[in-house]
Amino acid sequence: MTSPSFPIPKDNDGRSIGRFIISELRPRGKWLTPFNIISLPIMILGLVLIVIRFVNGIGSVTNLTQETPWGLWIGFDVVTGVAFAGGAYVLTFMVYILKMDKYHSIVRITVLNGFLAYVFYAGALLLDLGRPWNVVNPIIGNSFGTSSVLFLVAWHFMLYMLAELIEFSPAIAEWLGARRARKILSGMTIAAVIFGITLSTLHQSGLGALYLMAKDKIHPLWYSEFIPILFLVSSIFAGLSMVIFEGTISHKVFASQISEKHHKQENSILHGLSKICAGAMFAYFFLQLLVFIHYKNWNLLNTPMGYWFLIEMIGSVFIPMMLFYYSYRRNNIFLIRLAAILTMVGIILNRLNVSVIGFNWDAPVHYIPSWMEIVVTLAVIFTEIWIFRWIVNRMPVLRESPEWVNEQ
Amino acid sequence: MTIDRRNFFKTIGVAGITIAGFQTAKANSPDNGEIEFHGVLYDSTQCVGCQECERACAKAHNLPEPTEELQVGVIRKTSENQRSVVNGYTTSKGDVFVRTQCMHCNEPACAAACLTQAMYKTKEGPVIWRGEKCMGCRYCMVSCPFNVPKFEYHSANPKIVKCDMCYDRIIKGEKPVCAETCQAGALFYGTRRELIAEARRRIAASPADYVDEIYGEHVAGGTANLYLSPVDFQEIGLKTSLQNESYPPLSKGFLYTVPSVFVLLPTLLLGIHEATKSNQLKNEEND
Repeated sequence: MTSPSFPIPKDNDGRSIGRFIISELRPRGKWLTPFNIISLPIMILGLVLIVIRFVNGIGSVTNLTQETPWGLWIGFDVVTGVAFAGGAYVLTFMVYILKMDKYHSIVRITVLNGFLAYVFYAGALLLDLGRPWNVVNPIIGNSFGTSSVLFLVAWHFMLYMLAELIEFSPAIAEWLGARRARKILSGMTIAAVIFGITLSTLHQSGLGALYLMAKDKIHPLWYSEFIPILFLVSSIFAGLSMVIFEGTISHKVFASQISEKHHKQENSILHGLSKICAGAMFAYFFLQLLVFIHYKNWNLLNTPMGYWFLIEMIGSVFIPMMLFYYSYRRNNIFLIRLAAILTMVGIILNRLNVSVIGFNWDAPVHYIPSWMEIVVTLAVIFTEIWIFRWIVNRMPVLRESPEWVNEQ
Repeated sequence: MTIDRRNFFKTIGVAGITIAGFQTAKANSPDNGEIEFHGVLYDSTQCVGCQECERACAKAHNLPEPTEELQVGVIRKTSENQRSVVNGYTTSKGDVFVRTQCMHCNEPACAAACLTQAMYKTKEGPVIWRGEKCMGCRYCMVSCPFNVPKFEYHSANPKIVKCDMCYDRIIKGEKPVCAETCQAGALFYGTRRELIAEARRRIAASPADYVDEIYGEHVAGGTANLYLSPVDFQEIGLKTSLQNESYPPLSKGFLYTVPSVFVLLPTLLLGIHEATKSNQLKNEEND
């Protein structure tokens, strides 16, 4: 059922789509919500900082040094952000390949979330490029650096965005009332899903493989030749924890759009996800343990970096893993959400430990992000949430598709 | 000035390589027509720390003249304004001077990391940076085991700055400016084969003056720039913790799995998809 306050045209047939889009661009509802009051100034400040960055160079806003060429914008926005966007490939695998229909109601919002995450994190990547006007070089083919892991990651980002756009496109077609386009686009879903899962497998691990050549620079507790597989496995529960977290918020904020049936399904979905998270985290924890034993780094544990490593492994992998397991057995939704948040903190720690904190950890002056880098990062996240909210309020993402879809 | 230089690179690079390369090839190895890697042998027992090479380097590459005087024990680093630096170390055999610049690895990590081939190992030996290809991602800086490439953080049109062994001079058959400037005989330019032979000759001629090892012969898979030292390399700030294999193979294993995953995983997924179709039909009947 479409929500009565936001009518979706039954069929535009391309006649008034231009006017329809213009009318949809207008904001709806109250303007002065607490979220807007907080986010808007940060977004404006972020924009100012971005202008300064392009006029005066990256050094004018960031604290990056010759020893730490990649900071918060890569370590958090890109490396961590992409791990959180992993929910899309896991859920499309479960729903379209394994046909777990239970999760069908959250596929669209997860794919949308993943798509926007990639668009904005790739955008953040552009901010960090010193010479962004050359960004087309690895793509148009005048200089293929095929021996580079980053070459692979760049191509995969781009192709995966396309795959996710195709996966999401039926929702856009439903919004526009384009019946024939919807039929064609939804016919492409399964191909996009298979392609997308393959791309995700390779670039989630590829983000870890980026650091393989920095063998002497990353703290030995975080460097191993297994970084790619560790990144891949952790992206499964990172993505699903994000789905749990985002779902919790969406169910409150967009409650009016969600049908009674889907509201009832929520708990059962959370249960299933917590079970998968517990399993994936067990595999990850075990892998980490094997890697640790294999590298014989026992002596490093009794150092400040060693305590930090233990905090990450026990506090934000082992404990949330047990919490997921316990809350699944005890049917405790609150604990599932808590575990998801702890897991997300753990993923942030892990990605930053590899890419920023453990990188050149023994350098005399260590990189600490400037407040301006943090503001720009927040501005990117808030802009993403604004676009997300705009789409969810207009397209059938959480709410049911228009009735004509069932006739197809 | 930069544009002039770039154009110069382009013309010389495209047209000149073949001509100059052909000449070198004829001169060096008439039998197989291949060009050998060139490099610079740095003999720290000969260096007097006059910094003439630093100044010549800055002048040749339009960089500000280095003003900091060399002080033994104060370690300066190369930067976006300085491609090469001479430092003095207090060692067990008195003060020893050491020059720092790009090592020009045989299999450079920076070039393997570069997704646009902006960092490029030329067949003459120097690893050069090509601005028209570079997108400024700084992955070369992340990957370089010697922390050589530097980035102009305070420029709207930033460049990666590092020693290019005076590539524009080399392809014309000239020596790099540092080797040409050095009056003390500390810098010796030639093919890598010649350099290793010369280094061995020097060690054999006066074994008391040198440690019996050439830094760069094996480290990081071998480098075009080689060092001779009177004391352990560690004492003069050369990285001894690095592996002797080259760095690109570290990510090779991952890259080699990509084609297999790209073929096998979609096939597997399609297979599962087909196999679970009947499952879905059953579910629909139950609904």
